[in-house]
Amino acid sequence: CRERRELPCRSSSFETPIKYGRFYCNFIILSQPCPIQFVLSFPPGFPPSCSPSVPLPFTMSHGTTTLAFIFQGGVIAAADTRSSCNGLVACPASQKILPVHSHLVGTTSGTSADCALWKRILARELRLYQLRHGRRLSTAGAAKLLAHMLHPFKGTELCVAATLCGWDGGERPSLYYVCSDGTRLQGELFSVGSGSPYAYSVLDGGVRWGLTVEEATSLARQAVYRATHRDAYSGNCVDVYHITSKGWARRDREDQLQPRFQKSWEAV
Amino acid sequence: MEYLIGIQGPDFVLVAADNVAASSIIQMKQDQDKMFKLSDKILLLCVGEAGDTVQFAEYIQKNIQLYKMRNGYELSPTAAANFTRKNLADYLRSRTPYHVNLLLAGFDETDGPGLYFMDYLSALAKAPFAAHGYGAYLTLSILDRYYRPDLTRDEAVELLKKCIEELNKRLIINLPSFSVRLIDKDGIHDLEKLVPVGAK
Repeated sequence: CRERRELPCRSSSFETPIKYGRFYCNFIILSQPCPIQFVLSFPPGFPPSCSPSVPLPFTMSHGTTTLAFIFQGGVIAAADTRSSCNGLVACPASQKILPVHSHLVGTTSGTSADCALWKRILARELRLYQLRHGRRLSTAGAAKLLAHMLHPFKGTELCVAATLCGWDGGERPSLYYVCSDGTRLQGELFSVGSGSPYAYSVLDGGVRWGLTVEEATSLARQAVYRATHRDAYSGNCVDVYHITSKGWARRDREDQLQPRFQKSWEAV
Repeated sequence: MEYLIGIQGPDFVLVAADNVAASSIIQMKQDQDKMFKLSDKILLLCVGEAGDTVQFAEYIQKNIQLYKMRNGYELSPTAAANFTRKNLADYLRSRTPYHVNLLLAGFDETDGPGLYFMDYLSALAKAPFAAHGYGAYLTLSILDRYYRPDLTRDEAVELLKKCIEELNKRLIINLPSFSVRLIDKDGIHDLEKLVPVGAK
């Protein structure tokens, strides 16, 4: 169980609580004259593992539903917009799909702050690469870069699970899943988050290479909606992004409480 | 959940690995390649904790290639295996140990074929056949029973198929397909993927 450590009063000196590199939190607490303040905050979206009134059958984490898949018209990325914090909806209108550059978009899952920070760091590094080498780094390269940047933090509280959806060099779409535990997978269909099993089951029955753009966006919305229906930590609206050779395009955010979503027996 | 197997013959080594990349209860990918080519005649098969496998295997892969660039010749399988083990051992008692289980298979001009078993505690053993994963508990006795040092290539593939059928029958985890490769004096050959069909 994770304890909340209290900040002592303003008299003591402040050291930065951010420690880079892999280390284990337990030995940090000292009773010596110069204590190191270590502030642990619950990451939004983390399920209540400390007080399980009902024990979880398997480790569910990353309170969100995000998905991405490749089809003939490019890449579709979709996500819900609920940021949860141990049973409280901290923000019903958060943005879980963050553009990295004009042809690369990343879905985020895990700790919101970590994801936002590392996406910005990735965007910075990709821009530097572009300036130095005169061409954009491929999605595979971006995934490898992100995975290598996150690897030193393995074993810490850092929690980022992202899918990078991009269009490489005007030729083909590509999709990579990168996780802060070091996983890096290339694929054609990924769903991440606590709602991902529900989304997978809807997507596995419908995703084909030959989908039209309208069919693909509707399938993505349908999958997120079904996941938000069953998963408590996903909900509110759906964001859909579509990446083509011309770059990413964002669909209008759709509120899932609209009537057409609520007829569960009809395909939308 | 993952499975690796290697069988050494008189002039070849046959290796196979499953293709599932899983996260919790979900199969995220069904065509993951767990074999890393260290050189023209050496393969490293790597399973274990999620990020550690790829990071460690790629680290070894790049270092083996660097050795070749610096010295003009490649490391032998024995040397590569010992190098890998040394790296595992060095990290074992650090704050960041790598939790990986490995099979290294290679063909040497002078020593012939070799199969090396390594585990996350950096044990190293040269063995005529070896397996990693829960599936190893089911298949090692099949290998004990039917292995002979003078297996032909077809007999080795039949033995591998026997092992995989047993996994298909008894292992609680569904492993839908296996990549198979063979190393001999001509290098690394990709064989047909094994896809066990039907419930027995």
